[in-house]
Amino acid sequence: MPRYLLSVWFDEHYDEPDLDAPDVQRQMARTAELTAEMERAGAWVFVAGLRSPSSATVVRAAGGDVSMTDGPYAETKEQMGGLWVIEAADLDAALDWAAKASTACERPIEVRPTG
Amino acid sequence: MPDLADIFRREAGRCTATLIRVLGDIELAEDAVAEAFAIAAEQWPTQGVPPNPGGWITTTARNRAIDRLRRESTRTDRHLAALRLEADDMEPNPELDDLDGFVDVVADDQLRLVFLCCHPALAADAQVALTLRLLGGLDTPEIARAFLVPEPTVAQRIVRAKRKLRDNHAPYSVPRAAELPDRLHAVLAAIYLIYTEGHTATTGDSLTRVDLSREAIRLGRVLTELMPDEPEAVGLLALMLLTEARRPARTATDGSMVRLADQDRTRWDRMLITEGHTLVRACLRRNHPGPFQIQAAIAAVHADAATAAATDWSQIVALYDQLYAMRPNAVIALNRAVAIGELRGAAAGLDALDSLDVTLLEDYQPYHAARADLLARAGRRDATIAAYDRAIELTANPTERRFLEQQRKTAADPT
Repeated sequence: MPRYLLSVWFDEHYDEPDLDAPDVQRQMARTAELTAEMERAGAWVFVAGLRSPSSATVVRAAGGDVSMTDGPYAETKEQMGGLWVIEAADLDAALDWAAKASTACERPIEVRPTG
Repeated sequence: MPDLADIFRREAGRCTATLIRVLGDIELAEDAVAEAFAIAAEQWPTQGVPPNPGGWITTTARNRAIDRLRRESTRTDRHLAALRLEADDMEPNPELDDLDGFVDVVADDQLRLVFLCCHPALAADAQVALTLRLLGGLDTPEIARAFLVPEPTVAQRIVRAKRKLRDNHAPYSVPRAAELPDRLHAVLAAIYLIYTEGHTATTGDSLTRVDLSREAIRLGRVLTELMPDEPEAVGLLALMLLTEARRPARTATDGSMVRLADQDRTRWDRMLITEGHTLVRACLRRNHPGPFQIQAAIAAVHADAATAAATDWSQIVALYDQLYAMRPNAVIALNRAVAIGELRGAAAGLDALDSLDVTLLEDYQPYHAARADLLARAGRRDATIAAYDRAIELTANPTERRFLEQQRKTAADPT
């Protein structure tokens, strides 16, 4: 069955979320419900919320040298904040899950097929 | 020996639609159909055209695809595809028959292909390009002219769209009822472009390409049956029928083009007009106006006039105002300017034209032809000739060119 990455995008700068904020609590609860629904439907493969972009390190290997730089790969306002990997029969089924995911976490979702 | 290109135009969409279902891959289907047409080009001139050319192409394309997949089945997925081909005897996919009420429509490969080409995961311009290519059987230069964009842009759009549909495992099916409304609009736009391509073919020695227009009308009818409560689908069908009704009067016996104002209105198809009017009235009653319904209403006003002079131009200008408010694009503005020229005179029409952003219209033949006509009526001989020259330069349709050359001659030497 085809696999798709559903990535959750933040279009404003974000750091560690305030877990006590009502918005965040609501989004987390709905996201957990959706993940459970995916599991029941046999669509779920993997899910993760990501720590803030400032926690990222970029590693580059070139000509035997490995360099490391602090921060996310792309210094853009938009950053990935979480992801699901799902199995779906086809694109339309994946887009249905993405619509539910976007509703649950109140963020845009990018749908990309895996190879 | 009928023209193979004509047969290709008529059959390519149908054959490709079926082959995509059978092969499960757009690229393979296109290649197979192209290969079958190449074989036809070799065999038919000596052996004659088979009684059912489309069926022959589809079967030949299928057999060639199986041969090729067997030869190249080093990759597992291709091998599986070859196995599937042998099992699938071109019967409709049984799982699609579960869609209650849509069985007749789902059985139609071409409709399935329309929804695939107009998938919301594709940008609108890619949807239309892909529909014209796969369903309309048009090549890239023809599509580029219909879009007013460069050929490489269209070629890239088509390649990317096909790749995206394949990589994403886009389904080859008619969307479920709940998704249909959202997916309809792009489908309507694509069908209308197919219709207009058939109405004035961009190339070929005949002014109109009847089969393509008929195909668009047929798809329009299927859509209104599928979605009887969608006024824009009804509006599109009405627009196509009312435009089609004028077809017999659009060309003279010698094949030359006749303008709307000069057409013998007794040759208009009254049955199509009656059907179109009925649909327009049904739309008005629903009172959810949209671009296709308004364009249908404009065509209905033309159809109502017994003579060109009796046309209610004030109503047409009002409808174009409403249309432009919904869709502020250059081509609608051009048509509105022409209507103003009819209502308030050539000078007013030219003023309206000159207020447009011409960068988008500079390479658009109808803009220069309309401008030439207004200039001629305003008595500006040299400017008229220059505008006709530009229009003639831009047309790829020989019938249209002859008409424009005749107009230019009349303008240059009014005696």
